[in-house]
Amino acid sequence: MTDLTDLGIREIRDGVRDGSFSAREVATAFNAAVAAAKPLNAFLVETPDHALAAADAADAARAKGETMGSLAGVPIGMKDLFCTKGVPSTAASHILEGFTPQYESTVSQRLWEAGAGMLGKLNMDQFAMGSSNETSAFGNVVSPWRRNDGGNAALAPGGSSGGSSSAVAARLCPGATGTDTGGSIRQPAAFTGISGIKPTYGRCSRWGVIAFASSLDQAGPMARDVRDCAIMLEAMSGFDAKDSTSLDVAVPKWEQGLNASLAGKRVGIPREYRVDNMPEEIEALWQQGIAWVKDAGAEVVEVSLPHTKYALPAYYIIAPAEASSNLARYDGVRYGQRDLPDGANLQAMYAATRAAGFGEEVKRRILIGTYVLSAGFYDAYFTQASKVRTLIAQDFDRAWGTCDVLLTPTAPSAAFALGEKSADPLAMYLNDVFTVPSSLAGLPAMSVPGGLDKHGLPLGLQVIGKALDEQGVLNAALAIEERAGFVARPQAWW
Amino acid sequence: MSVDTATVKKVASLARIAIDDESAERLVPELNNILGWIEQLGEVDTSGVAPMTAVIANKQRLRDDVINADALTGGGIREAVLANAPQAEHGFFTVPKVIE
Repeated sequence: MTDLTDLGIREIRDGVRDGSFSAREVATAFNAAVAAAKPLNAFLVETPDHALAAADAADAARAKGETMGSLAGVPIGMKDLFCTKGVPSTAASHILEGFTPQYESTVSQRLWEAGAGMLGKLNMDQFAMGSSNETSAFGNVVSPWRRNDGGNAALAPGGSSGGSSSAVAARLCPGATGTDTGGSIRQPAAFTGISGIKPTYGRCSRWGVIAFASSLDQAGPMARDVRDCAIMLEAMSGFDAKDSTSLDVAVPKWEQGLNASLAGKRVGIPREYRVDNMPEEIEALWQQGIAWVKDAGAEVVEVSLPHTKYALPAYYIIAPAEASSNLARYDGVRYGQRDLPDGANLQAMYAATRAAGFGEEVKRRILIGTYVLSAGFYDAYFTQASKVRTLIAQDFDRAWGTCDVLLTPTAPSAAFALGEKSADPLAMYLNDVFTVPSSLAGLPAMSVPGGLDKHGLPLGLQVIGKALDEQGVLNAALAIEERAGFVARPQAWW
Repeated sequence: MSVDTATVKKVASLARIAIDDESAERLVPELNNILGWIEQLGEVDTSGVAPMTAVIANKQRLRDDVINADALTGGGIREAVLANAPQAEHGFFTVPKVIE
């Protein structure tokens, strides 16, 4: 029998259903893989018993001939941004050390109801702020990939969902949850050679997801291929009365609707995504992607999104502004850490707690957010950014007049080495240049592996779709996936 | 616009984050670098453009006015609410003395 950890979500689901193997065997194999992969630092908390309990429930349901959930027997990893009842959730920050949620996030609840089990809580950039997983309070996540130049440099798994991308790429779990505020599912998926989709804003409930920037945050799945993402996204999505921004619309049967033929579809190539100094390999991959969608029957058209260059600066006003507001709740009173210097009053306690509890990048963003929202600067920065956001969304609306989906690279480079960019916050922010515009417009967007760079590292292609057209995004991604034939995987060194 | 050490300290105080002189000085060029970069938004003509308030059109929902309609968000779960408090006494969060 093949190694069970080599199987994806669909293969595990089908194999458990038809009795090729038991869910317990699957959970046991993945629990062992997780336990053996400490050098990746992908998991903050391991929950082997949770995975086994779900597996036993799946096996029992099968034995009794009961209907099996869509993820019955599938163990997954859970990004630590999701509150999980009785299991510590820290958002990779010291300030939430010791916090054990008394409730379950809606997304994780839906996954458990579909029969999934939890292997553990996945490391991430602190409060989802970062593009490299170097801002976790509990150490960097290391990518399972290595350059083929013999240098053995430890590489960034991308961020902020870097524990998720590292764990899926290293076969520690067949799928994992991620969250995406400005690219935090797509960029790590691209860096590690896996797939990940950020659905339309409002598809997945944010209830019980530790908030970073509320108008942008959206959960989504990360898995080895497009079909597995479709299966998992179906289980995660749906209306939730507890989240006022949740969309009250039906969840389509995305897996059933998968179709790699793009005949009659128009794929837009946004002219403004050709950024200065874009590496040749990224440009070549993009051209290859264009050839693939043509081969799948699509008509390729050039489109213009004139406000693209302003998306990133607008994002770095809006996201920190919302973060400064959302993170005000970490004050040492209701949960997590408290730092109470001798004789300190309430204000001093807040300030000491927050100084000790937050990491440097989180503090930097809270300060930027506080500054742009402060009296005298609010209109110049925040209102202007919100207006630019309107223009960016209008650019996309206009593009949909001439095309059905957009095709772009996911990130401007392959994975960089840990430490390579961390000294320059601005250089790090620029990594999100291709993913941020669609986030600001709330659109569904997906990264699929397209090929390898000259060092043997994965590169991703991004498909962006209309609001609520996840199917169109998944189908275009599937067309690319089938033609890319991406089978490279990291060699185990951990 | 650019910030100096005093501004950084003032913003930190508004954000309720204790900050020492050394950190404030280190943050000045970092924040100026970022603020200088985001200032390019000023180039965009936004006259007549409404600021975005909702990214996806969505109807504002109001819940039914029913006490404790949802077991989780309704209320009556004091122990669960206090379970993670660094310090709780007599069913309340406790903080340093505020009134002398």
